[in-house]
Amino acid sequence: MIELISYGAFFLTVALTYAITCLGLNVQWGQTGLFNVGVAGFVGIGAYASALLTTPDDPVRLGGFGLPIIVGWLGAMAAAGLLSLLVGLLTIRLRADYLAIATFGVAVVVQLCALNLEPLTGGPFGIGFIPRPFGWLAEDRMTFGLLNLGIVAVTTLGVYLGLERLLRSPWGRVLRAIREDEQAALALGKNAFAFRLQAFVIGGAIMGLAGAVQAHFIGFIAPENYVPMLTFQVWAMLIVGGSGNNRGAVLGAVLVWAVWAASAALISAVVPPEAQARAAALQIVMIGLAICVMLLVRPRGILGEVRTVSRHVNEASGKK
Amino acid sequence: MILQALMNGLIAGTMIGLGAIGITLTYSILRFANFAHGELISWGAYAALGVSSALATAYAPLATPIGPFSFGWSLPIGLLASMVLTGLLALLVDVLLFGRLRARKSAVIILVMAGFGAALTLRSLLEFLVTSKPAYFTNALQIAVKLAPGLRATPDQLLSLAVSAILVLAVHLLLSHTAIGRAMRAVSENQQLAALAGVDVRQTIRIVWLLGAALAAVAGVMAGLLVQIRPHMGHDLLLPLFAAAILGGIGSVPGAMLGGLIVGLTEALAVQFIGAEWRAAVAFVILVAVLLLRPQGLFGRPA
Repeated sequence: MIELISYGAFFLTVALTYAITCLGLNVQWGQTGLFNVGVAGFVGIGAYASALLTTPDDPVRLGGFGLPIIVGWLGAMAAAGLLSLLVGLLTIRLRADYLAIATFGVAVVVQLCALNLEPLTGGPFGIGFIPRPFGWLAEDRMTFGLLNLGIVAVTTLGVYLGLERLLRSPWGRVLRAIREDEQAALALGKNAFAFRLQAFVIGGAIMGLAGAVQAHFIGFIAPENYVPMLTFQVWAMLIVGGSGNNRGAVLGAVLVWAVWAASAALISAVVPPEAQARAAALQIVMIGLAICVMLLVRPRGILGEVRTVSRHVNEASGKK
Repeated sequence: MILQALMNGLIAGTMIGLGAIGITLTYSILRFANFAHGELISWGAYAALGVSSALATAYAPLATPIGPFSFGWSLPIGLLASMVLTGLLALLVDVLLFGRLRARKSAVIILVMAGFGAALTLRSLLEFLVTSKPAYFTNALQIAVKLAPGLRATPDQLLSLAVSAILVLAVHLLLSHTAIGRAMRAVSENQQLAALAGVDVRQTIRIVWLLGAALAAVAGVMAGLLVQIRPHMGHDLLLPLFAAAILGGIGSVPGAMLGGLIVGLTEALAVQFIGAEWRAAVAFVILVAVLLLRPQGLFGRPA
């Protein structure tokens, strides 16, 4: 029973860190229509920034600075936000798919830097001893697991409520107006570029936060955590859950992660060891097919976008 | 040393250029950045490998090396078969996925995303079928010929350069001097107007896929012949391909080849002077520089 609860807590905690990433992607894609194919890069830079700030001093690399975890989280958001700002400034004015190509490159380069800038990132061995919240309770697995789940759940809820508030604010409505009809929004005097850039930076910062939260939960990071596969998973989560809908982003994250974890468990239980790499490839085919099939069959996802986000419209039309 | 690095860069650059031509054609005519193009390169290489090994097993003399080259006649035949097979694969993906989204008048970015999903599916499916173990067209070792002091190249490498040069010229002439080339350019300019003027848009799109996929297959076979064949080879080339296509200017065939050469040469110089571990970053740096300084590329028109 205790095993089950602590596994459940572990599963949900990891799923919710994906949910935070997915919420960040939803600001960029769901709300604004900006296609980011480098999610792994933004999550990775957040994880590394936070690890650098909070780990105890390590003679073989720069830092760590031993700062409190919360400083690490803020630093992660700042680092990923800054990266998003630079990428956004470079590409958002250009053709829509240049952003996709540039973010794809960002992910490649972030991974390359994590691998090769050993004095900063520890190289292929990664960074260990990342302080974990309630680390002194790690012996008592159940309490530790539940407390960590609590922290991640509260963070997810905070991000969710903040984004819901933004979505329903005038700012969120302008974003949607720009996405649906840029000419009309421009005619109303809205600076489409500035709004898109803001959305891209906010989304990127949230992805950085997700990276930091996950790094502090696991306690260890390495370059291979931030491979393109992560990007694909997060995209599948958002598309399955319903892009444009924050609840859909969270639901999709938990659902897809459940299917992923279950199929991984199934493979390791059923498939003989020598065939496991091949079976894992099939698992990835499943994610790719899920993306394509959802786009074809149900592009709005399980929970579609909420059509009306302004409460004024509802009041005016007498509904509610 | 520097001469040799330039030679290696030239060879890598022609491979990138061939792939980038496919990207630039689909990009300008179908109007979206196809992330699945890299997978056509990998599938093309494996298709050629499959056909060529089957031929060599069926009739051993086909495997005896031709003249100075490391491969027998089974490989050129396998390459031709692979160009057709890879083209059919591209058409299949178009019928199943892109065509349906086009028919629904989906936004460009939905097509990009579908390509992204298709890339993941195709790549992992290939990995499932052939496992991630590298494969080779031939085990024969080749002695590099001395071309000049400090400059060596294998006959295979020189042949690849010649084939690429001929293909670029052929594609360029096809686009500029034939009816089908004119139709492609018309569809790329304005699909509705082209249709009104009597161009069969769907037929043109099919030919673009076939052409792009055939070039991808050639690039895959060259990469396989000169380096090795892996399920991830196309995915690893994707960023250099996009960098080359954008550097050359979307829609320009000579531009894509020139862009490929620049990316390949820069990579070789970076390997020489900075270190091989940073090779993958070169394409990104070039991409950023182009987007900053000349987003329309060398031969492109401002959007």
